[in-house]
Amino acid sequence: MGEAASLPAGLRNAPDPELLLDMFGKMVLVRRMEERLGELHKQGRTRGPIHRCDGQEAVGIGGTAPLRATDTVTSTHRGHAHYVGKGLDPHRIVAEIFGRATGYSRGKAGHMLIADVEQGMVGGNAIVGAGIPLALGQALAHQLHGCGEVAVTFFGDGAAQAGICHEAMNMAGLWKLPIVFICEHNEYGLTAHARYQSAVEDLVVRAAGYNMPGVKIDGNDVLQVYDTVSEAVERARAGEGPTFIEAKTYRLVGFSTSDMGGYQPQDEIDAWRPRDPILRTRKLLLDLTGEARVRQAEEEAVAACDSAFEQALSDPLPDAAEADVPEFVETH
Amino acid sequence: MARMRYAEALREALRSEMLRDQSVVLYGEDIGIYGGVFKVTRDLQAEFGDLRVRDTPISEQAMTYMCVGAAMSGLKPVLEIMYADFLPLTLDALINQASVLPYLWPVQVPMVIRTQGGGGSGAGAQHSKSLDALVAHIPGIKVVSPVTPADAKGLLTAAIRDPNPVVFLEHKLLYNSAGEVPDGDHVVEIGKARMVREGSDVTLIANSKMVLEAEKAAEALAGRGISAEVIDLRSLRPLDTETIIASVKKTTRAVVVNEGWRFGGFGAEVAATISEQAFEYLDAPVCRIGTFDTPIPYSQPLETAVLPDAEKIVAGVLAMDGRTG
Repeated sequence: MGEAASLPAGLRNAPDPELLLDMFGKMVLVRRMEERLGELHKQGRTRGPIHRCDGQEAVGIGGTAPLRATDTVTSTHRGHAHYVGKGLDPHRIVAEIFGRATGYSRGKAGHMLIADVEQGMVGGNAIVGAGIPLALGQALAHQLHGCGEVAVTFFGDGAAQAGICHEAMNMAGLWKLPIVFICEHNEYGLTAHARYQSAVEDLVVRAAGYNMPGVKIDGNDVLQVYDTVSEAVERARAGEGPTFIEAKTYRLVGFSTSDMGGYQPQDEIDAWRPRDPILRTRKLLLDLTGEARVRQAEEEAVAACDSAFEQALSDPLPDAAEADVPEFVETH
Repeated sequence: MARMRYAEALREALRSEMLRDQSVVLYGEDIGIYGGVFKVTRDLQAEFGDLRVRDTPISEQAMTYMCVGAAMSGLKPVLEIMYADFLPLTLDALINQASVLPYLWPVQVPMVIRTQGGGGSGAGAQHSKSLDALVAHIPGIKVVSPVTPADAKGLLTAAIRDPNPVVFLEHKLLYNSAGEVPDGDHVVEIGKARMVREGSDVTLIANSKMVLEAEKAAEALAGRGISAEVIDLRSLRPLDTETIIASVKKTTRAVVVNEGWRFGGFGAEVAATISEQAFEYLDAPVCRIGTFDTPIPYSQPLETAVLPDAEKIVAGVLAMDGRTG
């Protein structure tokens, strides 16, 4: 990461073009990956629901960019941007989604439970809110090991209404754990708007109740996400405890590929489209780096994604005998 | 060998494992300064500090999840859930995380949930349950339930050293029971039953405090000329079917005693296993003794009526032959 980029928001004169190009490429890759998943779902070639994050890529990419491989991340059932941001291999992500032997869990986990322990992605989770207290435990281990590692947990505004979110945030604030709570507020929990789910509009007000700083940011501004998370991570590394970041964003597509839609008003979607994080970053980069480099980044991202699909779809399925593994492990 | 109480034996296992392994940490309600409501963790916070022996808020769900996350990241948490009745609050973390993630990812979840259950103390419907079957149902979770102080130490030591998640079921009426406990390193292998008493006419298969009731029943049956073999399962999952089947083949009759509810209870699992593996040796259907399928009532005569005891075991054995008391 560039020197300028590690400065707190507001103190920077200009964004680091290389960092921004890298994050842009990753957002394009995630968007392409999800669009292709959508197409293949329509063709009946995917199993189970696929949860896309179109429009909210900036939170996952900007929120993981400041992390080291040894920092741990827990994700949600909507984790593609977190996986790509944390450095996972697109080929193995796609292979896992298509149940292939080359996937991260050799096809046992599927779309919602992707993890790569070596990259600190531990991992996606299909129980809403589950990643929050798991990250709390990871933060506890980081605190006891004392090596400056940080746990980051991504969760939606829907999960923020779950009891474990409160329990975990209370313990994190109480014990000053090195954890960053990143709420991807995309306005919908399942199909119901946040106004039907939360007593407060801005969840960030809850931070005060846990004695931790709370920051509300524009989640569609990848640089703002990057800067805010960088600052929170540095704070956690320094032993100063947790931070709650509420990133306001919007899910441009349905809850999942099996969602029939109809509950997101068209004018709402239309109002958010120009705020698409990829469009905004692209515009910024055109001024910073010129069109040639932007196009190159886009082409590289699309090519990487397409080759991941091509490879994954021709990879073998696992042998059924692999389903039955010993119930218990013998060694530690 | 030293004579010590069950609670002290548990404490000795915790202390020696904490001395042996820096990654062993204790979490739970009231376990710190207060030393645990059953005094199992007494003085451990003073010795090991409040980072390794930590009082938690009353947040069972998040703290169980937290232990799963911590275990995945290199700690060996031992979590005290004050009453087994609160295990349902932990089940999401056990059923959807601790048992699932090691199957999917290259992670291990070396954690122990210590809890205590059982009736007989008038603690009422929300502080007296035995939920053995509920946790033993989950693949990937080991479940143990010691009855002697020696096993309390040996099995807890094994549970802490185990790379799998373990639910460790204590019994509230056993904490003050005393017995001989081996000094120094004492490990009892998880998954091996204990032959408590040999016999030739009927096998009484029990766990936790019900082993004591089965022993009393065996005495009473001996007075009637019936020779009962008593097996202490010690571990519900993995289950030592070898010992059970060998005994039933010898005695041709089996009574399974578990303090949980009879319907869908752990006794049903053992009875089905015997039917599958030793049906042709049986001279009578397997008898299950458990708690009545009601909440545990408070008043003494009511509580006694619903819980299994030696008298009910004897009656069960006699009924197998069409005899009555």
